[in-house]
Amino acid sequence: MGRPTNKLALSGVLTALAAIFSYVEALIPFSFGVPGIKLGLANVVIVFALYSIGPRFALLISVVRILVVSSLFGSPAIAMYSLAGALLSLAVMVPLQKTGKFSMIGVSMAGGVFHNIGQLVVAAWVVETMQILYYFPVLLIAGMVTGILIGIIVTRVSRTIRIKL
Amino acid sequence: MKNKMNYKKLWGMTKADVLLGVAFLVVGALCFVGLLILNQQPAGQLEVKVAGETKAIYLISEDREVTLEEIGENTFEIKGGVVEMVHADCPDQYCVHHRPISKNGESIICLPNQVVITIRGGEEQVVDGTTN
Repeated sequence: MGRPTNKLALSGVLTALAAIFSYVEALIPFSFGVPGIKLGLANVVIVFALYSIGPRFALLISVVRILVVSSLFGSPAIAMYSLAGALLSLAVMVPLQKTGKFSMIGVSMAGGVFHNIGQLVVAAWVVETMQILYYFPVLLIAGMVTGILIGIIVTRVSRTIRIKL
Repeated sequence: MKNKMNYKKLWGMTKADVLLGVAFLVVGALCFVGLLILNQQPAGQLEVKVAGETKAIYLISEDREVTLEEIGENTFEIKGGVVEMVHADCPDQYCVHHRPISKNGESIICLPNQVVITIRGGEEQVVDGTTN
């Protein structure tokens, strides 16, 4: 029932929010001992968008956010890693959501795991070494943990903010 | 709207969530165990014996040149996973002429100086390998 303009406007706001989350996260020096592990606050917005305005807009927000953030604070290399992670993550989350059997937490968990897998695959391809795959088990667990956390956040947010489009 | 949010259903994890989580954990654990097994294969070591007594053990992966001064003088070189006797003061020089060794179980022996250097725990030697 939602008018496209409403969705577009909301997407703009969410994109800005996701970009700010990325920036805030970059300011806080998280360190989990393994390079490449971070909370991924921006994914809160992506998962929220996926449930509130649908996969197409979630994809749009994700891609625009990465392009904006990496051109402002990062580099093309960072954009490549982020895009690989974000696209694979969405490619898994969308079908899982559609089955209707998974909660936001489960969908987000899968998204977190495949986000890391996407980045790892690009890293293995860039560095041209399979040695990097030794990170796989660590990144898989890290993806689960961050994905579940994000899923919990989005569940809470969705209960509070009910968007009528 | 098609993707109407069903909050009661979304809050709390479903059976499918748990199954997926368990699947991830199993895959992660399997990979972890697999990597551990791969890593467990020790790097080949070079055991140095003089008169039947183990004098030293060196890693094949680390390049170095060692000179032994026991009964006689022997110098061997570890380079790129290959061990070669480069110098010996023994009369027959068999050890110096011995082809370089790199596989598990291979050794270079200098009888006059009672020096035996043997590779252990490295790449397994082919059982029916050519006898030189």
